[in-house]
Amino acid sequence: MGQGFLAILRRDVLLAFRNRGEIANPVIFFFIVVTLIPLGLTPEASRLAEIAPGILWVMALLASLLSVEGLFLSDYRDGTLEQLVISPQPLYLMVLAKILAHWLISGLPLTLLAPVLGMMLSLPEAGYFPLVLGLLMGTAVLSLVGAIGAALTVALRKGGLLLSLIVMPLYMPVLIFGSSAVQRSVDGFSIEGPMAVMGALLAFSLLISPFATAGALRVSMHG
Amino acid sequence: MWQWFHRLGSPRWFYQASGKWLPWLSGVAVLLLMIGIAWGLGFAPQDAKQGNSFRIIYIHVPASFLALAGYYVMALAGAVGLIWKMKLADMVMKSAAPIGAALTFIALVTGAVWGKPTWGTYWVWDARITSMLVLFFLYLGVIALQYSYSGQDAANKASAVLSLVGMVNIPIIYKSVDWWYTLHQPATIKLTEAPSMHPDMFHPLLVMILGFYCFYAVVLILNTRTEILYRERRTRWVQDMVGPAGESGQ
Amino acid sequence: MMFRFDSLQDFLQMSGHGPYVWSAYVISIAVMLWLVISPLRRRRQLLAGVLRQQRREAMRQHQEESADDFVTENRK
Repeated sequence: MGQGFLAILRRDVLLAFRNRGEIANPVIFFFIVVTLIPLGLTPEASRLAEIAPGILWVMALLASLLSVEGLFLSDYRDGTLEQLVISPQPLYLMVLAKILAHWLISGLPLTLLAPVLGMMLSLPEAGYFPLVLGLLMGTAVLSLVGAIGAALTVALRKGGLLLSLIVMPLYMPVLIFGSSAVQRSVDGFSIEGPMAVMGALLAFSLLISPFATAGALRVSMHG
Repeated sequence: MWQWFHRLGSPRWFYQASGKWLPWLSGVAVLLLMIGIAWGLGFAPQDAKQGNSFRIIYIHVPASFLALAGYYVMALAGAVGLIWKMKLADMVMKSAAPIGAALTFIALVTGAVWGKPTWGTYWVWDARITSMLVLFFLYLGVIALQYSYSGQDAANKASAVLSLVGMVNIPIIYKSVDWWYTLHQPATIKLTEAPSMHPDMFHPLLVMILGFYCFYAVVLILNTRTEILYRERRTRWVQDMVGPAGESGQ
Repeated sequence: MMFRFDSLQDFLQMSGHGPYVWSAYVISIAVMLWLVISPLRRRRQLLAGVLRQQRREAMRQHQEESADDFVTENRK
């Protein structure tokens, strides 16, 4: 049982490393948009610092949305997904492995790069720790929740736009708690509350999401 | 009990039974709504702070109630359809989605119109209005998903899964929006301050809420009946009902 | 309980809030009416469609029964 989990995890991460665009694209997207903000708004450090927490989190949301669309797509096209669904291994674990792999190649790099981006937006010093900690948990929640939407839309021809409509409202709590944790820390308040909620969100979606995703995949494959 | 359950699951039985309930229910709904609207518009006292614009809550509050309750109706019907493969439940779920979206739309529009004389602007990122907007998006997602699948069965299952996920998320979204709002906004005049509401203001609201519940039931039944006809249009009983050999239409 | 406004004019204006209150009610009632009318209209179309198909089938049966008559009729 655990072997199937590890095999899928290894395979997905390996595939992503061979096909580097998959890892690089969300990160490049993140960078480009962050570059656009000062151009469109103001280069003034104080005003950038004010909006940095919100901007960074909205960007993380969009980057995750972009990458989650491909979570099942190539597997669906080459028939691997069909094998996965009919295999005797519990689909719950298989799906969890795919989501974990997705987080490792999209959420984690984003999290690690976030301090650089925060610097570019002149985020005050107190904001870095809650930003990284929040993104660490938050991007995992985003991958988990996004997987449900990706599974529901994988068999549809114009799935991308629909996916964002489905998933965005569900992303909202993560955005709220993530960005306000950074904001609170910058303002000198404790971040325990929002971080605890973020942890709870992670635990909860870890419990629910693979289950719902597995069900959604069955619907997508067999109707 | 199980026999009853199976009978209720039969679209044909539901179509025929609901045809008998419908006139009564519609009558009650229209009566309650008319009383409520007249009472709320003309006879309820005006609010001390908000003046006459307060009368909008007689539409806004019941619509928001039903918008939220409608999501649960949709999700639970979806769950029943998913677990027990009950055809009728799938039809109820599909019918509930646009109704809920329309009620959410009413709640949003009335909230915005109320905001203009009260806050001086049509749109304020108030906790209630924001969560209504999110609810609206949730409904739109379910409707869009429903219509993008070509097979009816897959469409039902997919939107059932999505509405269940949404149902689990709604309390979380509502709570987080509330929390976010208290963080950013000083308390302004709220659209509803139920505990402090005077009975003269509250009674018409109660009538309106009841009226909206009846209205919701009527519209849900109407939509479900139409959906039944659509999906069963080739079956014997529909053919017979329309008229043997096409002589007499119904 | 009593009517809170002195005149119809007063009732319509609602001390300046009239446009807001009335437009909110009118929009809501319009949407609610649409909710009632749209399934009824769809139902009528469906029933008409079923009826049309039945007629067509009845006609075809009729034609098959009296195929000869039909042919002669067509020649006229």
